[in-house]
Amino acid sequence: MIKVENLTKTFGPKVAVNDVSFTVQRGEVLGFLGPNGAGKSTTMRMVTGFLPPTAGRVTIGTHDMLEDPVPAKRLIGYLPESAPCYSDMTVHGFLSFAAEIRGLRGDAKKTAVHRAVEMCFLENVLHQSVDTLSKGYRHRTCFAQSIIHDPEILVMDEPTDGLDPNQKHEIRQLIKRMGEKKAIIFSTHILEEVEAACTRAIIIDLGKVVANGTPQELKRKAPNAGAILLRVNGVAAEAVTGKLRAVDGAERVQLVKDENGTVTARVFPKSSSNGEFSKAVGAAAQGWRVEELHIEEGKLDEYFRSITASDTAKK
Amino acid sequence: MGNITTIAKRELSAYFASPVAYVFIVIFLLLTGFFTFMVGGFFERNVADLTAFFLWHPWLYLFLVPAVGMRVWSEERRQGTIELLMTMPITPWQAIMGKFLASWAFLGLALALTFPVVITVKYLGNPDLGVVSGAYIGSFLLAGAYLAITCLTSALTRNQVIAFIISVVVCLFLILAGWPPVTNILTKALPDNRWIVELVSAFSVMTHFEDFQRGVVDSRHLLFFLSVIGFSLFSTSVVLRSVRS
Repeated sequence: MIKVENLTKTFGPKVAVNDVSFTVQRGEVLGFLGPNGAGKSTTMRMVTGFLPPTAGRVTIGTHDMLEDPVPAKRLIGYLPESAPCYSDMTVHGFLSFAAEIRGLRGDAKKTAVHRAVEMCFLENVLHQSVDTLSKGYRHRTCFAQSIIHDPEILVMDEPTDGLDPNQKHEIRQLIKRMGEKKAIIFSTHILEEVEAACTRAIIIDLGKVVANGTPQELKRKAPNAGAILLRVNGVAAEAVTGKLRAVDGAERVQLVKDENGTVTARVFPKSSSNGEFSKAVGAAAQGWRVEELHIEEGKLDEYFRSITASDTAKK
Repeated sequence: MGNITTIAKRELSAYFASPVAYVFIVIFLLLTGFFTFMVGGFFERNVADLTAFFLWHPWLYLFLVPAVGMRVWSEERRQGTIELLMTMPITPWQAIMGKFLASWAFLGLALALTFPVVITVKYLGNPDLGVVSGAYIGSFLLAGAYLAITCLTSALTRNQVIAFIISVVVCLFLILAGWPPVTNILTKALPDNRWIVELVSAFSVMTHFEDFQRGVVDSRHLLFFLSVIGFSLFSTSVVLRSVRS
């Protein structure tokens, strides 16, 4: 449904997005990750046709965004980063306008507005001016606008930003549900959100795609993934690391913590972790008072930091 | 066309959702009344026409039209709603036209509400209604030209005050270029080059509004106002495109 090829955007000498390519199929929820200023919003603005790309091509359905923008835009629902709304309108007026400009009239318009209001829990503020809404309601109003025409493609820039934990949960569930029938892209820097709602994630840093895969695949690439974490009590740290280093198949050992007689260490296997290796580590630990022993499955945020730390590390 | 109507409807409702529309209409009517009857000497002239009324329009519009138009694009940019608008399935031209037509219709409404002046002069004497209608058409076109210029300056900045000031300055130039006190100075300064004076004053709204006041709807003057509107709106589309890239 969405095909992005070699997308590049420069603002003067600054390269905001550099040769980004990806595709999103129907039934996929693509999480867009990256540090602030990595080019997430700029990419989304090009996908939705707000910014013209410097180079590259965006295809929505069968329509090229540059050559055939109106039919392409018809397929998309878009929630911009700051969730802008016309503040001089009521929620109902704003949503009716959004429905009308999407070509809905009469009963179809009424049904669409009603459905969006219900999905986003806006009944209580329906006739309130957008001006007077709290941030959460304003955000949901803009969200309602993006789904009013039941689009095949949804592009959402930080859809859960500024919401309370309940609302965040609600929106994530909504995205997941809608993702079964639509093609969805959403950006976030909350990593648990990616695990909760995405079928695939892209990590972008300094305008470039640095990782692309399912959340599980990315987690497995985390530096600690596959390592074995061992916590023992009453043994000297040197003795623990020394013995672990001698385990067959161990590449290196990292001492995580040595506190009050409790030693926590991490053993990294040479090849990818398997049952043999964990058994060997278990055998090495025989005779110690083991408090914890498990294979680490890797955390998305560790992986995220390991590949995007570049710009903060310089400072 | 449907999209233009939808945009225009939203724009008009935005005027009336806030006190802006009412304040503007009341002030416009009070000022036209004040200038016509107190400053213009409507009764003293003892002539059944509306010269004293239309004479002030270029000057009144100078401040009031930029006040109406300054928010058209700058507010959209400041609130970020331009990102919504430009990702809707409409062409930029439809958005520009919808917004312009809504504001122009609003100005037309304010102008139409001056009808008591016409009734007054009709009651007092026997005015030439053809002249009056011609002058009304001219006044409406004049407002449209100022408005299109304001739309352009409004697209240039996200600050309404800056948009207002720049439009007033540009419109003032369009008045002064053909205002007799200024053209007289120019004529004296360049006695051998009449054509320069004429060229400059040809750009003035005053030159073109004058004939309308006399009831003459000349196609040249019509063309002038329509091309000012067309040029400004076209420039608006160029500005909006460059703002996005």
